[in-house]
Amino acid sequence: MNFSLSDEQIMIRDAAQEYLAESCGSEALRAAMELPHGYDPAVWQSIAAELGWCALPVAEAHGGLGLGPVELMLIQEQAGYHLLSAPFFASACLGTSLLSLCADDVTRSDWLPRLAAGEAILSASLPSLGSDRHAGAGESWWQPELSARQEDGRWVLEGDVARVPQADVADRLLLTAWVDDDLALFLVDPDQPGVTLEPLQTWDASRRFCRARLSGAGAGRCDAPGLSEGLRQVVARVRLYLAAEQLGAAQRCLDLSVSFVQERKQFGRPVGSFQAVKHRCAEMMVRIEGCRSAVYGLAALASGKASEAEVRHEAAGARALATETLRYCAGEAIQLHGGVGFTWEYDPQLYFKRAQASAHWLGEPESLWAELAEQLLPVESAESRA
Amino acid sequence: MNLDPSPADEIFRAEIASWMAEHLSGRFAVLKHRGGPGDEDAYPALRREWETELAEGGWIGVGWPVEHGGRGLSIEQQVIFHEEYARAGGPGRMGHIGEGLVAPTLMAYGTEEQRQRFLPGIREGRVFWAQGYSEPSAGSDLANVQTRAWREADGSWRVKGQKVWTSLAHESEWIFVLARSEPESRGRHGLSFLLLPLDQPGVSIRPIRQITGSCEFNEVFFDGAVAAAGDVVGEPGDGWAVAMGLLAAERGVSTLGQQMHFAHELELVMKAARELGRDQEPLIRDRIARAWYGLRVLRYNALRMMSGSATSLGREGLIYKYAWSNWHRQLGELAMDVLGQQADVPAEDFDRLRLQQIFFFSRADTIYGGTNEIQLNQIAERGLGLPREPRG
Repeated sequence: MNFSLSDEQIMIRDAAQEYLAESCGSEALRAAMELPHGYDPAVWQSIAAELGWCALPVAEAHGGLGLGPVELMLIQEQAGYHLLSAPFFASACLGTSLLSLCADDVTRSDWLPRLAAGEAILSASLPSLGSDRHAGAGESWWQPELSARQEDGRWVLEGDVARVPQADVADRLLLTAWVDDDLALFLVDPDQPGVTLEPLQTWDASRRFCRARLSGAGAGRCDAPGLSEGLRQVVARVRLYLAAEQLGAAQRCLDLSVSFVQERKQFGRPVGSFQAVKHRCAEMMVRIEGCRSAVYGLAALASGKASEAEVRHEAAGARALATETLRYCAGEAIQLHGGVGFTWEYDPQLYFKRAQASAHWLGEPESLWAELAEQLLPVESAESRA
Repeated sequence: MNLDPSPADEIFRAEIASWMAEHLSGRFAVLKHRGGPGDEDAYPALRREWETELAEGGWIGVGWPVEHGGRGLSIEQQVIFHEEYARAGGPGRMGHIGEGLVAPTLMAYGTEEQRQRFLPGIREGRVFWAQGYSEPSAGSDLANVQTRAWREADGSWRVKGQKVWTSLAHESEWIFVLARSEPESRGRHGLSFLLLPLDQPGVSIRPIRQITGSCEFNEVFFDGAVAAAGDVVGEPGDGWAVAMGLLAAERGVSTLGQQMHFAHELELVMKAARELGRDQEPLIRDRIARAWYGLRVLRYNALRMMSGSATSLGREGLIYKYAWSNWHRQLGELAMDVLGQQADVPAEDFDRLRLQQIFFFSRADTIYGGTNEIQLNQIAERGLGLPREPRG
């Protein structure tokens, strides 16, 4: 049992930290948010092609580095710290995980090498997981937003997907749809008449989303056997990566606040010397370090021999905790900055908006805690109780 | 990062589990899950015998170096020992102050003669120790020690003053005391770390009745009590350094054993919720899920602490006391809310009574060993580099 990062992992983290600090500071982010797609293509070029981050999670057989959740988690923590606006989460975390764990061999062989090389961007949307507590212990089902049918020997998709991250720059989209009563996975080229992408004007401009309207859109069915189980694994991993991002963002909220309260003077002394202020900062650190233990622990668990069920339960907890931690820290950052914390010019608002935008995605805290509770205290059906 | 146990660790785990199953039985069976914080006055005589049983099994001083008579186990193995001890319901340790605090202090600061004289009694589970830090005027301000010590012509020490919050003093043979040996000194200067037998005319012990009605803590009064010439640890006047070294030893590997006790308590909460039919209430379920995951987080936090540097406290170490004590306090509140009206009356069933004890006793968790407020000061100052509190 060992909780230390390897030398290689430390190197990956430090390189990410260094690159992002240099190229993705607050000014660069604010400039990127004004660009047509909300990020700087040169940054994406560096990340994807030169630094090789997109190759990290791809198997070596497909031209990747075959590294595990720990490495991707470390990058995501740094990405969150700087609110990286390039489509790294959408493509390398979400799209690549879904492709790797759920797609058939042909599709994986076709696309994973391009993703690893940073030549293609793959975005995706996961179906939400509905459940009815009173239907019986642990019963739940996927709820995709699309339906599929076959027309002249090809698959055609219908329906709207409410939120697809950075779909406007994706080469392909991986989407789930109903085929009669079955769930299926489809690879969709967004550049066709049957697909309309509507960029959403979100409060959080540091990560763009599109609504995707599909009407007679051609698609390739690509699910491997065991799609439902595969999706559960994807959800757990993507929750980890999103939690890591939230952890990094929360850390930034604390760092911004600590440096501000050391500079800002009132009553002839730095406001950071008042115990009321110190304790608020300390409370943030307590929550952030707890969150870090949670996220690192989950990444280590997901890299080891733990059962998928165990990883899934802890992923629900880590994700709920990370959401609550970031929401708390972003709010505290505004409060601790005083009046300027409320302005456009200072950065806390950016983190406050990201906190909101990432809170409900892939499970909001209330439903995540309920999901965990279901494992600990299974709901008994009415019959077994009587 | 690797959380998977090695085959050797698994074998060691099984060895402890089977030893515990075999020995924590028969007349010792009543001790299961007893004698922990809030319950330290349970079966003191039998728990003394249990200490001897443990010693004979070779389970005292598992982490001490071999040259001091210990087993020299690795950190991982010590963790496994503490976890399995707790998982089996191993009773609260009467000898933990001697084993976990006094012995490491003597190894680091004591003389060879002191080690030879004191370590065997601790390792054999025969001699029990109490600690004498806090005083009525030295709580959070631990260095504000008023207890005085002076040297007699024959080299022996005399001690006059009062210590407070001394657990198990009436069950112990020895006490270590931080006393002011340089009359005009202030704060952390001029203190000495002395070892005294408790059974002597100059020492009197008065139990403190606490919130639960039971008495685990004591006041200890010293009126010219004697410490032998050879029973000062470290240099006279250097007691603060010795005491601080000892507090560092306190945040050791037993943390994971403590968490195993917490896990048992959480199971009791869940059991009560099921028995009372409250396990289907959404708000109770939400709180149980949070408690369960909170404990997982504490575990990962402790594993982080253990893989960090052994000498300095990392960020995860700085927040740990605040994190676990507040988690535990909330568990106590959850336990009482699950019991509802049944929490009003002391329960006859010990599993239920235990939940009530947690509720009351966990109020001490956020006070002793550095209050929440002191913890936050330290986190802000040491962890974040914010300005230090002004001192009088």
